[in-house]
Amino acid sequence: MTDMRLVRTAGWTVVALLLMALAVPWFLWRDATVAFGLPLWLWWHVGWMVLASVVFAVFARTDWGLGVEEVA
Amino acid sequence: MAETALQLGIVGAYMLVALAVGVVAYRLTDRSAEDYYLASRTLGTVVLLFTTFATLLSAFTFFGGPNLAFAAGPEWILVMGLMDGIIFAVLWYVIGYKQWLVGKRHGYVTLGEMLGDRFGSTPLRVLVAGVSLVWLFPYVMLQQKGAGQAIVGLTEGAVPFWVGAGGITLFMIAYVAVSGMRGVAWTDTIQGLFMLSLVWLAVAWLLTDIGGAGVATEQMGAANGEFLALGGGLYTPQFIISSAVSIAFGVTMFPQINQRFAAGSKTVLKRTFALWPVLVLLLFVPAFMLGAWAVGLGVEVPQGSNVVPVLLGEFAPTWFAALVIAGAMAAMMSSSDSMLLSGSSYLTRDVYRPLKRAFGSGSSDADDAREALIARVGVVVFATLSFVASLYSPGTLVQIGDTAFSGFAQLTVPVALALYWGGTTRYGMYAGVVGTQVFYVLHVFPVVETLTGLAGLSVALSGTYMGWTPGVVGILLGLLLTVGVSLVTTAAPDENRSVYRVDGVEAD
Repeated sequence: MTDMRLVRTAGWTVVALLLMALAVPWFLWRDATVAFGLPLWLWWHVGWMVLASVVFAVFARTDWGLGVEEVA
Repeated sequence: MAETALQLGIVGAYMLVALAVGVVAYRLTDRSAEDYYLASRTLGTVVLLFTTFATLLSAFTFFGGPNLAFAAGPEWILVMGLMDGIIFAVLWYVIGYKQWLVGKRHGYVTLGEMLGDRFGSTPLRVLVAGVSLVWLFPYVMLQQKGAGQAIVGLTEGAVPFWVGAGGITLFMIAYVAVSGMRGVAWTDTIQGLFMLSLVWLAVAWLLTDIGGAGVATEQMGAANGEFLALGGGLYTPQFIISSAVSIAFGVTMFPQINQRFAAGSKTVLKRTFALWPVLVLLLFVPAFMLGAWAVGLGVEVPQGSNVVPVLLGEFAPTWFAALVIAGAMAAMMSSSDSMLLSGSSYLTRDVYRPLKRAFGSGSSDADDAREALIARVGVVVFATLSFVASLYSPGTLVQIGDTAFSGFAQLTVPVALALYWGGTTRYGMYAGVVGTQVFYVLHVFPVVETLTGLAGLSVALSGTYMGWTPGVVGILLGLLLTVGVSLVTTAAPDENRSVYRVDGVEAD
């Protein structure tokens, strides 16, 4: 694996872990604010999932295969 | 009585449409194993997306999830969103895409075949298939139980439990027998779209009736303030993370999901991956909010019933409630027929074939016919046994589902190591697979308690470890065992370390 690929793999790994870590808004723990008919924490989750979809789409376009396909 | 007839008519008519699709797909199917189990790896994006979707979405989602939201609060949306939309999506890439590359190159149909080839071990192949079939059993049973409850709930007891559970059993046997992956995938697409639309219609109906989401949420908060605040009660951070991780890992090793990894082209895999979190969101938010909102509406859910049908019974017309039940039954059927189809491939390829070879009979064309027969007989026996079990099994839908998922989840780490770490050895795999299964089974069934009880002692295994479930602890144990034993053993001469080395170029 070249250095560049290694860096990109590490970068995407961090992105994936971030996506997992903040799918639940831990900073709103025990918060009961309601906005537009739903709890605020639920709106965060909705937005986060849409963001995840966009990030996955970007990954699929740019770096699909990274870390999985071996480079000869 | 007329109402019952109308309800059953709607459910029955829907089932017939699904069967018709299966028959059409059957006519387009050639009889090779790759086509029967993998639709010759030619499914398109929408079909792959929905077949995966519909397979995941079963009685566990449609009844179990809302029940849990009704009992403990809407945070289940977060658990399932994190689990399915993100962790599973990442595993879809890391494990699924790798398996797709490896499987395509070597023509593997099952997980056991892939592992058996790499480690030169038939026992490993049989072991992995056996473990998978064991955990498949409660999950098929869960669908039958859900169907039985749905029919009882819909007809208010006029039709008994066993009719619903038995009916869906017959239907799924018939379906798998005539169809194969192509038929399963097509009905899954119809069912997925149908179910998604129905859930949103149900929400629209309810909210129009009571005056909007604001009112519904306010009433929910008035009935139980805990439902508005994030966390609390059942929902500890450990519970949220444990459930999300063990279910996501388990889903990845589900035979029917694992085989989905192989059924599309690379472009299709990419698109499915990117669309996944949004699709998941579109289903979980409305489905589980229905359960949570029901708390504020004074809905009484009798023992052994599910909140969604009861809620719709009160707030929507009879025909609509029946349609939703039909959608849910369809979801259970698509889950079950996919599971049975995949289970039968494990049975014939990973259990029957190796045993046959061990007893020395060679293969011939006559064997193909015999294998197809064994696959079908296997499906009938399996589904019948799980039907009988569904009549007697205790536990809620979520408990049963969670048990099955966590059982499968124990396989994920050894498989991931095998795919990526050349140092994994056969004995490392044995240790990782057997060790975690023993650990997990001892926590699910009261084996230790019973044995020590006979000796007059009172010893019990812990239900959780500092709030973490045995399912997650087992996953970590699998990592330690597989790596540890691999490090202290050497690869056997007939292991083939290079078999998983693949690049993406040939795969386009």
